[in-house]
Amino acid sequence: MKTLLKYAQVALVVLAIAALLAAPLVLKPYGIFVLSQWAVMAIAAVGLNLTLGYAGQISLAQASFVGIGAYTVALLQPFGVPFALAFVAAGLLSFAIGWVLGYPALRVQHHYLAFVTLAFTTLVFLVMRNEEWLTGGIYGISNIKRPIILGWSTVKPVPFYYFALGMLALVTAIVWWLLRSPWGRAFTALRENPIRALSLGIDTRRYTLFAFAFGSALGGLSGAMHAPLVQFIEPTSFGLSLSLTLLLMVIVGGSGYFLGPFVGALVAVIMPEWLRFADGLYLIAYALLVLLLMTFCPSGILGLFGRLANLIETRAASARRQSLSAKLDQKPVSS
Amino acid sequence: MSHVLEVRNVAKRFGGVTAVDDVSFCVDEGEILGIIGPNGSGKSTLFNCVLGQLRPTSGEVLVDGRSVTGMRPCDLNRLGVSRTFQLLQVFPQLSVRDNLILAAQEHQGTMLSRLFGRPDAGLTADAEQMISFFGMSHLAGEMAGGLSYGQQKLLDAAMAFMAGPRLVLLDEPAGGVNLTMLGHLKERLKTLNSERKATFVVIEHNMEFVMSLCTRVLVLAEGKILAEGKPAEVRSNPKVIEAYLGH
Repeated sequence: MKTLLKYAQVALVVLAIAALLAAPLVLKPYGIFVLSQWAVMAIAAVGLNLTLGYAGQISLAQASFVGIGAYTVALLQPFGVPFALAFVAAGLLSFAIGWVLGYPALRVQHHYLAFVTLAFTTLVFLVMRNEEWLTGGIYGISNIKRPIILGWSTVKPVPFYYFALGMLALVTAIVWWLLRSPWGRAFTALRENPIRALSLGIDTRRYTLFAFAFGSALGGLSGAMHAPLVQFIEPTSFGLSLSLTLLLMVIVGGSGYFLGPFVGALVAVIMPEWLRFADGLYLIAYALLVLLLMTFCPSGILGLFGRLANLIETRAASARRQSLSAKLDQKPVSS
Repeated sequence: MSHVLEVRNVAKRFGGVTAVDDVSFCVDEGEILGIIGPNGSGKSTLFNCVLGQLRPTSGEVLVDGRSVTGMRPCDLNRLGVSRTFQLLQVFPQLSVRDNLILAAQEHQGTMLSRLFGRPDAGLTADAEQMISFFGMSHLAGEMAGGLSYGQQKLLDAAMAFMAGPRLVLLDEPAGGVNLTMLGHLKERLKTLNSERKATFVVIEHNMEFVMSLCTRVLVLAEGKILAEGKPAEVRSNPKVIEAYLGH
């Protein structure tokens, strides 16, 4: 039963990938743009899922790192810095700043940490808005060019879409590796019981800082893709509302599930577009949907699947037990 | 020849309350020292001071002759000192096997080698061995959160032994465990003590358990050492009886 469910999961993922690859055959340019946005935001959500879902450190600062990444790429472009280099710089800068932001998390947790990271979001927003000499202030930066990678131009929507998908795949592979390694186990331990983890030789301080740094770096990489995607950036895109949207993606998808942020980003980016037929009501419909989902399934959409799998498994186990106990004299099971 | 553990004049005060008051004792290799005392006598605070979870107000803690006072629990653990907790402390969302691998993975290599090395850090065989030693082979793949209380208690103890510790501090290992499982646990602890040369310090309320497991017993009352000696001596000590039964 368990293996069957696993196969079903793999089949679903393969189908989803095939659908993503085939999407340009059926979608109009606007649809492609929305899907590209999904891919770019999913990178940031995967990062937040690492920090929050696996390592248990709440952060309302993920939008700031998307902003830092976007501005890094936009500001380096006029100097003729190749995109690959700017992309790496965006990641490294976010990694370093995320590491520093991890220090408060060594002292405070939960909603206190939420407020610390909220203050950071405000701080970064103010820097982007007020330091006109650097960031262009409220006017932002326009005319950001899409890169040409090894002679392959990503200027048109479809090539850029595939480029974004490729980057998402790369990030996914790295995070998969990270979570499969002993680090993933240590992150889970940090989330579930930091005191016990510490007594087992796990340097919780270092893992907390790394959880923040890696999650933030992915936020930066997402921003580095966001800038050439929308080609115009300004401070309000990277405020608290994006931080909350990213948080929503992680929670709605299923915090701590590997595929959670992908599904969550789908809900947050694409659902509003689908609901447009409802015209002025679409935001209300969207809000109601989130409300219902969170009330009846706080562990998110993938949590719902998890519960379903558990139910099926329990049913199968009790059926097995019944058929066995009919055959055998009932012996007490030793613990 | 230095002692495995030496506690020198350790005191811990919380505001006006003195939880541990100038306690000194030693533990030698291969010993099983029991610490008993009424509730609130300072046993767990003493443990936390020894293990770096709390910093003692004064005094010193030495492991193999080396001062470890104020050392972080994770560094102390990597020196070979491990513990179990009074309340259950397993990782419910990890499997039994992963709980055990986790308990030893930080004892080898570096952060970098753990990132690029094998996912199980080469510890699956060790974990399986520990699981079968504690008689939990049928549970290896189960989530720890789904185990019964007694099974989680066994897992908790098994985790403390995964990294081959030199000194293990057990905080009420018998609390809430049924008689059958208790006998099972005691046998395992005795085997680990004799075969792996692990030294134990055990806090416990279950007298039967303490008297049959420990080689020496120390009685705490109101933060001070009230008596010390062989289990039989301590049991008949009138001061101990008084401390337990009240005035």
